[in-house]
Amino acid sequence: MLNIPCPHCGLRNETEFHYGAEAGVAYPDPNVLTDIEWAKYLHIRANPKGWLAERWVHFAGCGKWFNLWRNTITHEIGLTWLPFTTQPKSPAPESYRNGQEGSKA
Amino acid sequence: MSEVSFSFDDKIYKGYHGEPLAAALLRNGLISITNSTYDARPRGIVGLGVEEPNVLVQLVSGTQESMLPATIIEVVEGLSARSLTGVGALPEDPGEARYDKTNHYVDTLVIGAGVAGLKAADEHLRAGREVLLIDDQPAPGGHLRHLGEEIQTELQAVLAHKNITYVKRCTAVGLYDQNYVVAIERRSDHLGNTALAKHSRIRVWHIRAERIVLAPGAFQRPLIFANNDRPGIMFSHAAATYISKYGARIFKRAVIVTVDNQGYHDAIRLHNSGVLVQGIYDARASAKGASVDAARVAGVTISFRSTVLDTVANDEGALQAVTIQNLDTKETFKVEINLLAVSGGWTPIVDLTTHIGIKPKWSEQHAAFLVNQSSDKLQTVGMLAGDFGDDDNPSAFFGPVLDNEQARHAYIDLQRDATLKDLRRGVEAGLTSIEHIKRYTTIGTAHDQGKTSGMLTIGALCQLNKESALSPADVGTLSFRPPYVPVPFVALAGRERGELSDPIRITPLHKWHVEAGAIFEDVGQWKRPWYFPKPGESMDDAVRRECIAAREGVAVMDASTLGKIDIQGPDAAVFLDRIYTNMFSNLPEGQCRYGLMCKADGIVFDDGVTTRLGKNHFLMTTTTGGAARVLAWLEEWLQTEWPDLKVYCTSVTEHISTIALVGPKSRQLLGELVTDIDLSKEAFPFMHSRETKIDGIPVRIARISFSGELAFEINVSWGHARYIWQQLWALGLPYNLTPYGTETMHVLRAEKGYIIIGQDTDGTQTPYDLNMSWIVSKKKEFIGKRSFQLPYLKAAGRAQLVGLLPEKEDEVIPEGAYITALNAQPDEHGKTMHTGFVTSSYFSPMLGRGFALALVADGLKRMDEMVSVPVGKKVLQAKICDAMFIDKENIRRD
Repeated sequence: MLNIPCPHCGLRNETEFHYGAEAGVAYPDPNVLTDIEWAKYLHIRANPKGWLAERWVHFAGCGKWFNLWRNTITHEIGLTWLPFTTQPKSPAPESYRNGQEGSKA
Repeated sequence: MSEVSFSFDDKIYKGYHGEPLAAALLRNGLISITNSTYDARPRGIVGLGVEEPNVLVQLVSGTQESMLPATIIEVVEGLSARSLTGVGALPEDPGEARYDKTNHYVDTLVIGAGVAGLKAADEHLRAGREVLLIDDQPAPGGHLRHLGEEIQTELQAVLAHKNITYVKRCTAVGLYDQNYVVAIERRSDHLGNTALAKHSRIRVWHIRAERIVLAPGAFQRPLIFANNDRPGIMFSHAAATYISKYGARIFKRAVIVTVDNQGYHDAIRLHNSGVLVQGIYDARASAKGASVDAARVAGVTISFRSTVLDTVANDEGALQAVTIQNLDTKETFKVEINLLAVSGGWTPIVDLTTHIGIKPKWSEQHAAFLVNQSSDKLQTVGMLAGDFGDDDNPSAFFGPVLDNEQARHAYIDLQRDATLKDLRRGVEAGLTSIEHIKRYTTIGTAHDQGKTSGMLTIGALCQLNKESALSPADVGTLSFRPPYVPVPFVALAGRERGELSDPIRITPLHKWHVEAGAIFEDVGQWKRPWYFPKPGESMDDAVRRECIAAREGVAVMDASTLGKIDIQGPDAAVFLDRIYTNMFSNLPEGQCRYGLMCKADGIVFDDGVTTRLGKNHFLMTTTTGGAARVLAWLEEWLQTEWPDLKVYCTSVTEHISTIALVGPKSRQLLGELVTDIDLSKEAFPFMHSRETKIDGIPVRIARISFSGELAFEINVSWGHARYIWQQLWALGLPYNLTPYGTETMHVLRAEKGYIIIGQDTDGTQTPYDLNMSWIVSKKKEFIGKRSFQLPYLKAAGRAQLVGLLPEKEDEVIPEGAYITALNAQPDEHGKTMHTGFVTSSYFSPMLGRGFALALVADGLKRMDEMVSVPVGKKVLQAKICDAMFIDKENIRRD
């Protein structure tokens, strides 16, 4: 179980949160997109091995959405940021798992 | 230590309080204790702790426990245990024991209170950190305990430090990401029966640590030779401990077979305890070190390049003699003994590190897999990190070369009775991966999860592949998974059992329903009346009576569980226009409108009636199960896409109770209670809302109908609901007012073709698939609209909602039944393709027949088509029809 730093409430158990997939995918103007572009917005999300910018909501706490960096291999969690603020740079690919998988990512 | 009585297999024995049951059994002369699960071979105690593969017992006294190794049970007065052959029986009595859990945040967690763990704890304490030290033994010291030695004074002082919490009998069972550890503390079994009143029996620790130090120590390894499973064959460290520390003086003559200096240490201990050590047979070519010298001084015969090839049993199946083989000349000879002490090297406990994916590395020097971690977060110390002490030089030797006959009883996994022959069969079948071998042979899949057999398997694989010079480094270790030792389910459940397993939500009218004899249905966490049977009535009888009351007289239902969201703010109307497929900004104040919401992919997500209470104030209702989901959805859009909208959403589900008064006589009955509102259809039209007071209590009455009948929904604050309900009943008797439950509600709504999202949809329907194009606005933008243009949402073959009338009128098709084309026949593969399925199906008292709603491919274009519905061995016939079965003109609602 992850320990997730809510920007408003501090470190809390994963069970208090819901996952909201990749961060930074803004709702586009639907009417200027082709069918393919619209279907991509609906269904295609990044799924990297390594650091991913994600959205989470602290539903059993303050109820607020926020963003964070999470390493999809090691589950390390990096910086968090609020919606409509600047996304910080992805953390360095560091890991204590023999340094192998993490550095490949 | 005080002497106590305990019983084992219904015989009474003497033992000492607090000693391991295994020690007490041995001292009482029990060498052959149980039979193996598959081969029914006599077996005795082998190990010292959780690695024990043979003597598993069932606890009969105190809190019954289905399967525990005798090596970890502490003897107490009145203890009663039984030997097991493989399978333990779950106790029928849940017992009185309590189980709890705790959360712990700490700077440093040290796992293992041996010398290495205590030293690490000392370092972290000196660095000013708080330390939690957990250890699975009843006292600190690790191996020193087994030697009967005290730990050094400096390390004693560590345990007295003010910043350390030391928890004994606490086993770390899982290591997870972000330095999260789950541990199991056994708190009362060692105190005997009387302790339960004061202590929970097992506590589950959820530990988060900034830093973790792993000092788990190591298990001794067995060796592979023919008939290596006989009672009397033990790990040398275990044998020496049971004999010298616990006084189990039942073995007279012993042989040590070893690959390292540990065998010499234990030979001396046995020798000093009065056991005649007939010889040390060392697979190595030579050995040096303090223990080797000490063994020489003691006069013990030492033979190098020698090992055990086979063993002989006495009449009881216990060890009587061993065959020793010279590994170079292959010459053999026999020695008569009753104890064979095996020292096959050490296997550091890598289990926890593999839980988080750390791969142990093979060290030829240690003849073992090690984990060397020294990051800020995770550190390994002691034997796990390769600290085997100065006096050792082990060899990676796993046993002599055996022929097929010998291999048949050369056991690798004693619990699974899996042998070297089984392993050879796996290799001959072409398996090379250790994980495949494990699954093929079942090695490592029993109670001990391969604690002793895992490394033997790796060693044997290398031996079988000698030509390819396979090393354990190439094979790699097994991946261990949590838990490290078996954990009782009751411990994980803790106090969340029975009525505490899940919250129960009830409405303010719940007590009335109970008194009225309602049968309840669980809807999520809600308890809702399902139907209200009168004495002697079946469910069908009751539902029929309730339906007729609602259609012909007046009936009342508690609809308080409806999800309710209060939406306020200057942009509330704009917001609802974007959320719902239909328009809400043009809804006049004091009126209600049914709305449908879709996700961005165009799929229907929830529905309900929303009332405009003021210019900037709406009350949204959602499905009972969808309330939390819908609120989360609204918040997501407000917070992450439209922060410019000034809208505030609040869950008011449990603030407002809703009473639905339904039926042609509802207006007349309500008129007796509410005199200041003109209830006529002209003055109070359908989908309008009025506010008033009943006996000073504010109520809001809305003409909303989920049945198609004339109906009034009375909304009142949660706390006043019971009063208003009672007022209705005080006036209702002359009207034969009838309470109804969810089953009748379903029949009534289905007769009108009103859908329940999640029951009549399967997560793939657009509003068009539900024949609800009338609710999709062409004038405005809303979530999901763009998707309706996607070709795949307009393509042929989509599942669409239709009605279904069974050919035989008294037939009620089971919900979920598949629908096929009429008399469809299986194809060449024996499969019959379905064309849809039944979503809702009831008997309608109004129609006098069964009817159903169904999702059927292209169903809206297949009206009046006959289809087949296979149900068990029968095949029913039914006709596709419109999904509204009564009052298509909507006359009844006025």
